[in-house]
Amino acid sequence: MIPAAFDYEVAESPEHAIALLGENEDAKLLAGGHSLLPAMKLRLARPSLLVDVGRLGELSYVRDGGEHIAIGALTRHQDVHDAPLLQEHCPIVAYTAGLIGDPQIRHRGTIGGTLAHGDPASDLPTVILALDSELVVRGEEGERTVPSAKFFTGVFQTAVGPAEMLVEVRVPKLGASVGWSYIKMSRRALDWATVAVAAVVERENGSLVKTSIGLTNMGATPLRATAAEDAAAGGASIEEAAALVSDGTEPSTDYAATAEFRLHLARVLGRRALAEAVAR
Amino acid sequence: MAITESIQTVVGTSVKRREDASLLRGRGTFVDNLTLPGTVYMAIVRCPYPHARIVTMNLDVARAAEGVVAAFSGADLAEDWKGSLPCAWPVTEDIKMPPHFPLATDEARFQGDGVAVVIASSRALAKDAAELVEIDYEPLEATADVEKALEDGAPLVHSDLGTNECYVWKLETDDFQAALDAADVVVTRRYFQPRLIPNAIEPRGVLAQVGPSDEVTIWSATQVPHILRFALQIVLGYPESKIRVIAPDVGGGFGSKLDVYAEEALAIALAKRLGRPVKWTEERAENYVATIHGRDTVHHLTFGATKDGKITAVKSEATCAMGAYLQLVTPGIPLLGAWIYSGPYEIPNYSVTFTGVFTHTTPTDAYRGAGRPEATYVLERTMDALAAELGMDPLELRRKNFVKEFPHTMASGLTIDSGDYDASLDRLLELLDLDSIRSEQEALRAGGGAQQIGVGYSTYNEMCGLAPSRILGAIRYAVGGWDSATIRFQPLGSVQVVTGTSPHGQGHETTFAQIVADQLGVDLGDVEVLHGDTAVSQLGMDTYGSRSLTVGGVAIWHASQKIVDKARKIVAHQLEVSEDDLEFANGSFSVVGSPDRAMDVKAVAFQAHSAHNLPDGMEPGLEATATYDPPNFSWPAGAHAAVIEVDIETGDTRLLRYVAVDDVGTPVNPMIIDGQIHGGITQGVAAALWEEGVYDEDANLLSTTMTTYLVPSAAELPSFETARTETPSPTNPLGVKGVGETGTIASAPAVINAVVDALSHLGVTDIQMPATPERVWRAIEEARQ
Amino acid sequence: MRRVALTVNGTRHELELEPRELLVYVLRERLGLTGTTVGCDTSSCGACTVLVNGESVKSCTMLGVQADELEITTIEGLARNGELHPVQQAFHDHHALQCGFCTPGMVLAAVSLIESGEATDEPAIRAGLEGNLCRCTGYHNIVKAVAAAAGVR
Repeated sequence: MIPAAFDYEVAESPEHAIALLGENEDAKLLAGGHSLLPAMKLRLARPSLLVDVGRLGELSYVRDGGEHIAIGALTRHQDVHDAPLLQEHCPIVAYTAGLIGDPQIRHRGTIGGTLAHGDPASDLPTVILALDSELVVRGEEGERTVPSAKFFTGVFQTAVGPAEMLVEVRVPKLGASVGWSYIKMSRRALDWATVAVAAVVERENGSLVKTSIGLTNMGATPLRATAAEDAAAGGASIEEAAALVSDGTEPSTDYAATAEFRLHLARVLGRRALAEAVAR
Repeated sequence: MAITESIQTVVGTSVKRREDASLLRGRGTFVDNLTLPGTVYMAIVRCPYPHARIVTMNLDVARAAEGVVAAFSGADLAEDWKGSLPCAWPVTEDIKMPPHFPLATDEARFQGDGVAVVIASSRALAKDAAELVEIDYEPLEATADVEKALEDGAPLVHSDLGTNECYVWKLETDDFQAALDAADVVVTRRYFQPRLIPNAIEPRGVLAQVGPSDEVTIWSATQVPHILRFALQIVLGYPESKIRVIAPDVGGGFGSKLDVYAEEALAIALAKRLGRPVKWTEERAENYVATIHGRDTVHHLTFGATKDGKITAVKSEATCAMGAYLQLVTPGIPLLGAWIYSGPYEIPNYSVTFTGVFTHTTPTDAYRGAGRPEATYVLERTMDALAAELGMDPLELRRKNFVKEFPHTMASGLTIDSGDYDASLDRLLELLDLDSIRSEQEALRAGGGAQQIGVGYSTYNEMCGLAPSRILGAIRYAVGGWDSATIRFQPLGSVQVVTGTSPHGQGHETTFAQIVADQLGVDLGDVEVLHGDTAVSQLGMDTYGSRSLTVGGVAIWHASQKIVDKARKIVAHQLEVSEDDLEFANGSFSVVGSPDRAMDVKAVAFQAHSAHNLPDGMEPGLEATATYDPPNFSWPAGAHAAVIEVDIETGDTRLLRYVAVDDVGTPVNPMIIDGQIHGGITQGVAAALWEEGVYDEDANLLSTTMTTYLVPSAAELPSFETARTETPSPTNPLGVKGVGETGTIASAPAVINAVVDALSHLGVTDIQMPATPERVWRAIEEARQ
Repeated sequence: MRRVALTVNGTRHELELEPRELLVYVLRERLGLTGTTVGCDTSSCGACTVLVNGESVKSCTMLGVQADELEITTIEGLARNGELHPVQQAFHDHHALQCGFCTPGMVLAAVSLIESGEATDEPAIRAGLEGNLCRCTGYHNIVKAVAAAAGVR
């Protein structure tokens, strides 16, 4: 319940935060703290320095970026959920942000925090991945853009380097021809997904032009169900594509489910998510 | 003898709780809110292995850490204990009762067994220093499986015992086997009821101080301040008269705070050694290993019946996990259900056997229902199995076997004082609208979609109001089951009631005041109820087993009668009439036929105090104590139904409706009764669908936090539909029965019966609790083959 | 140590805190506001819920230093001039508490839910309380109390 002792600095700017990270190997960024602090309270994580970026209001925004909506990394889940720009142009992100944890968590947790945490059981990483988003990372040398396909590299591992900070996420504007769905099955409402599936489909004249399927808690990172996507692109029916959703995944066995059951759930939820997306 | 007539005014009404005033404002006095000047904080070092020899221990680094006042190993403190942490129920003569001291010395026997203690100036520094205790462990083999623990070659929890078998207890009617053999139909089923972790939202805590002449004061989050005082003398040697135990506001217990724990003894021993108050508060992860668990039993339940559904014999054989040590009531928990294996049914041949087994796990002990949910689960599940075997409607089978006439002496020897089981079931069916459920079920089945529904029942009774002391003596429980009340009429008319019960959410301050207000004819606001501090409440047997109203409340009733009787004598004397000429109503004694000749009971109180004109030989004051030993248990009963939706593709379940009809005798406060029922139902539903304390095959606890042990929130549950029938108990003058545990006793089988019903068309006949989505999916898959 | 200023229930407090002091312990032990309780160690139970700038937050998952210059409302700050807040009153009227340990957190979570406009019907109320666990009441009366306070039938 009580973390091990650590030092604490308040970042005055993203550059300041990055500089502090550069100076201290054992430092971590503190945003909402709802991924980091629980680990520290169980003494599973023991950073020697926390750099508090929670007051960098300049990184909390939802803006129209032309072809995309730009979301500042420090935007809280509640604000992502409520943002009119997202509700209109990228509703799957707004919707999914409303499923994270519970209201108290959504009042503090940030999109940047959850993406940089890299937990394959989290919801937003899957949606970001399914949308082929871009993530903007700032370091001592300046900014770089990482495509979501390259962002999640392992369990609790991302492309953000030790002296870098995720500053923005860019999600595509979905037009009227795009249908979407995020179906999350969890043991209780506030729990992580046992398995969840994100489906984003582009429809043209009644057929599927593009299908993206993201999977939560089916491997070491959020995954794309590429076999299913390819089948759909090749004209397969929803049932046929859904049967392939679990291909190439490596789910684990834990308190909520065995790997075998997760494989089954992925196919069932995949079918439902595709059907819902197509019908939206 | 003149009879007290009082017009019922507040008993039976839903008086709002006076406890709310402080709790709603955040002014509760929970133990962690308390400190004393100079308080130091205790942190326990716990063995991370399920079983290990403690080879070496080095406390030097810990002792030198910042803020550390002292650190001790189990061996360092061995001289402080005059006796073991007590087990109050040696259920058989040859029961194995290994010693159990607050810290292990050379062998730790479960993951979480305390092996050392560090005391520092703050909670944080104590925790930091606890990590610096260097221990060399030799891990040993361990088992958490209650059946495997009995096999040859199983790792032993207490090697000097040569076995993991703690006891075998049996109750059987004459010629039982012959009766079972003669049955037309015999049905046997096996059930495993997993370990449950009580999870009262307040973790345990203590604050202890020892004064210069060895006066001990301990605040503890306990349900049992009186029992704790008694037990602490056994463990520490201080005379009870010098021990003061205070249970301040306690944040829920459900049996998990009905115990005598290592930390309570440790805090006192350390307070004595250090000359400073010692405080300890459990972390939740610590609670999961250091506070008792419930259930963890394997049952084989057999019915013998005629082919038209009359059950002639019931046999239960259960293997029950004790855990690594015997806590206060551990071996007796199954016995609290020993007379419930016929439930509300009339079954002439009866056989119940319990085998208590040590495993390398946290000790088990009382958890809401304690023995009775286990019995009711196997009974109500097997009723459905028998009905299926006989091709009978499960409700018809139940009705056919209900006890119809009361009092009813069961084959097992105890007498059910009252009830009307058909009335409960009738009322349930009125509320349930079974026809609609069945048509909806048919339509969904015909539609072949993923969502299906089912309905399941649980008709139950239980025995509570613990307990008649003679029976406790006969079954070898170490102490009695009475309770005590002292009522003091203050000279200016306010009334102080001291009860031996110890509420922790049940609302006794409100409900007991209702009883006294009615009996004495005073306003509710004039009555104050005190509890939980052994300096104030000298006599009591505390709160558990749905006993507080049926024993404690009845003691209050009796004390009230003594007050009224004495008051009547004073009035008769002062008005110069005979006692028979007085009637007492609404707080006033008046002469029959001359109502203007009257005395208010508050005026009598002042008269008793000033003693200017009392009958010869009468002692001044208007105070009375009654200690009441119930002549029988109380027997609440009822009929519950659960309607559940199952997604047969994902295995996910949703409880759509839960309908509960309960007979708890004459109601004192219907609002509080409903609250107890809601809470009780929720814990049984949670056991059926979510909760499971899991150990791996090496006895490592896998359910270590609230993220993996699933206590449901409001989002998981519906609102409940409750109703009552009433057969007043003839056993006590209030007509009351208990209610604290009935919801938990009834609900788990109702839910599982509903899940099985939802899947019956797919060939599913059983499912292991909790019915997780995966278990539901696998049950469907297996039935398909 | 770090110097911070927390405004709690309308009173500004200047404190020197160790970074690792969780907000819940700052409230309980530094400021003596013991109404906010600690029920778990995994941000699951919600007993520690307070309002930070008007929104519900689990104070066990926030460092005291993170609350610098923020406004915090604890259970002790809800009643005005001795009169219970409508949510507190509704909890009393509907018997929505038994042992009372989870109650401060539950009340503040409900206040935040109602003020955000999301307490629209029973399912929304139940969903909105997903982060607050109670072992005593079974939630039935809590939901009724919140619905009453929110003016929902």
